[in-house]
Amino acid sequence: MTNFPVEKIRADFPILAEKIRNKPLVYLDNAATCQKPQPVIDSIVHLYSHDYANVHRGVHTLSVRSTDKFEGARTKVKNFINAASEKEIIFVKGTTEAINLVAQTYGKANIKAGDEILITAMEHHSNIVPWQILCQQTGALLKVAPINLQGELIFDEFEKLISDKTRLVSVVHMSNALGTINPVKKIIAAARAKGVPVLLDGAQAIPHMPVDVQDLDCDFYAFSGHKLYAPSGIGVLYGKQALLEAMPPYQGGGDMIRKVTFEETEYNVLPYKFEAGTPNIADVVGLGAALDYLNEIGMENIAAYESELLAYATEKAMQIKGLRIIGEARQKGAILGFVLDKIHPHDIGTMLDSLGIAVRAGHHCAMPVMDFFKVPATARASFAMYNTKEECDLLMNGIESLIEVFG
Amino acid sequence: MFDDLRDLYQEVIFDHNRNPRNFRIMENADRQVEGFNPLCGDRLTLFLKMDGNVIADASFQGSGCAISTASVSLMTEIVKGKTEQEAEELFKIFHEMTTGKDEEINLEAVGKLAVLAGVREYPARVKCATLAWHTLDAALKNEQKPVSTE
Ligand SMILES: Cc1ncc(COP(=O)(O)O)c(C=O)c1O
Repeated sequence: MTNFPVEKIRADFPILAEKIRNKPLVYLDNAATCQKPQPVIDSIVHLYSHDYANVHRGVHTLSVRSTDKFEGARTKVKNFINAASEKEIIFVKGTTEAINLVAQTYGKANIKAGDEILITAMEHHSNIVPWQILCQQTGALLKVAPINLQGELIFDEFEKLISDKTRLVSVVHMSNALGTINPVKKIIAAARAKGVPVLLDGAQAIPHMPVDVQDLDCDFYAFSGHKLYAPSGIGVLYGKQALLEAMPPYQGGGDMIRKVTFEETEYNVLPYKFEAGTPNIADVVGLGAALDYLNEIGMENIAAYESELLAYATEKAMQIKGLRIIGEARQKGAILGFVLDKIHPHDIGTMLDSLGIAVRAGHHCAMPVMDFFKVPATARASFAMYNTKEECDLLMNGIESLIEVFG
Repeated sequence: MFDDLRDLYQEVIFDHNRNPRNFRIMENADRQVEGFNPLCGDRLTLFLKMDGNVIADASFQGSGCAISTASVSLMTEIVKGKTEQEAEELFKIFHEMTTGKDEEINLEAVGKLAVLAGVREYPARVKCATLAWHTLDAALKNEQKPVSTE
């Protein structure tokens, strides 16, 4: 393969040296969450060992140091996704909270009975349920654009579903169950033509490709740190400043206010208006460290390496008799979903685990996708930048052996 | 290659998975209950024919992993001819066998079901084995609504 420094990268991830059931770990469940490099782990240890206090509150030295690190990470996020300003970067728990935030603030303020919200048939539950809740609250309608048997959005149908009543389009950038990368620029252009704002669920896309929110021209972009080599419990909602300014706050409390009396409260400026209470300081700092680490490697390089890896794995998988790949979009990220003839994904998961290979078996929080492909569940190998061709071989050998055992 | 898994996937389990027993729709069943494991998508329908309080016949339909298929297949074999009380007693014993930590397994009481004892070492798979029995329990209690393991 190209001279991607995969061995050097692997050495930075201590967990990759773990033995699982006496065998070297082959971690292929990166779409669920990925592992953390030493610099990320160190950044948290360092913060708690040297720089920790509450942020935005004190005049004392430690509070200043902590605030600098915290706000420094916000700048790193801004640069990483090329947002126009730090004001557009809101720290949340993860993608799920980011989408719920938009539903309960932007949604409640702008969406009324009879209005429509448009999603696709390949969404994660976290880009379905928050809208269903909003629809129950407001009387709005959820519209779902269909996909084809390759797992691609049927764009013409999607475009037809954008109506005069559509108030928001919310689509996944890259599907966690299928690996499909959606034509988000086309989607945004189509919505823009009708004056409809677009939210992108970037949970899966962000670790696999460069993301430039200004180039995309999306209105909201949501992602989680834990799928991006950063700690769990931290995520980001990007929103265009004008939209965020006009939105009501999400939760009330400390930090999100400027002035409080019992009669009235003046809200704080962006982004603090949406960050009530003491934030997840350490994990924000960890996220900043992850972005530094990724910048050093380069997202373009990661994307190129992973697409070679996926092509290799796909080719091998197609040679296995009785294996059916679920998700064959032309534009695809490093996710290989599959089912085996007469062998349930759960058995595949347990059997591969006994070989030290971690894959996910289940519905991947995308039950409607399973229904569409008429399977109860799939097995999914999802790759990260630290995976290798050798690991793909181990996976394929494992699959072949378990097919043999099941006879 | 899969030596570690011998306790979980015994030959009997593969056999029942390949050729599930009593795998058929029962016309005019007295009891019919659906069981569902949302986490893995296992789905089964259990049919019972009752003769007084004796289970005269048991069959099932559905799809699931090898563990859940073998479990329901074995169960339909073993409960045939048992009274409701005896079946409930078996459920209790089976439950203890699959979820118990250190209690000795009463091999005599569990009989053939002992092949499923291995799941106790695999917490993620216990529900696969117990789904059948929870469904049976609901059928014996004559509950109409589907059983879910979640
Ligand atoms: C496409 C997609 N959207 C949203 C989420 C939810 O992310 P989180 O659980 O980090 O909030 C996930 C995570 O599985 C995902 O894959």
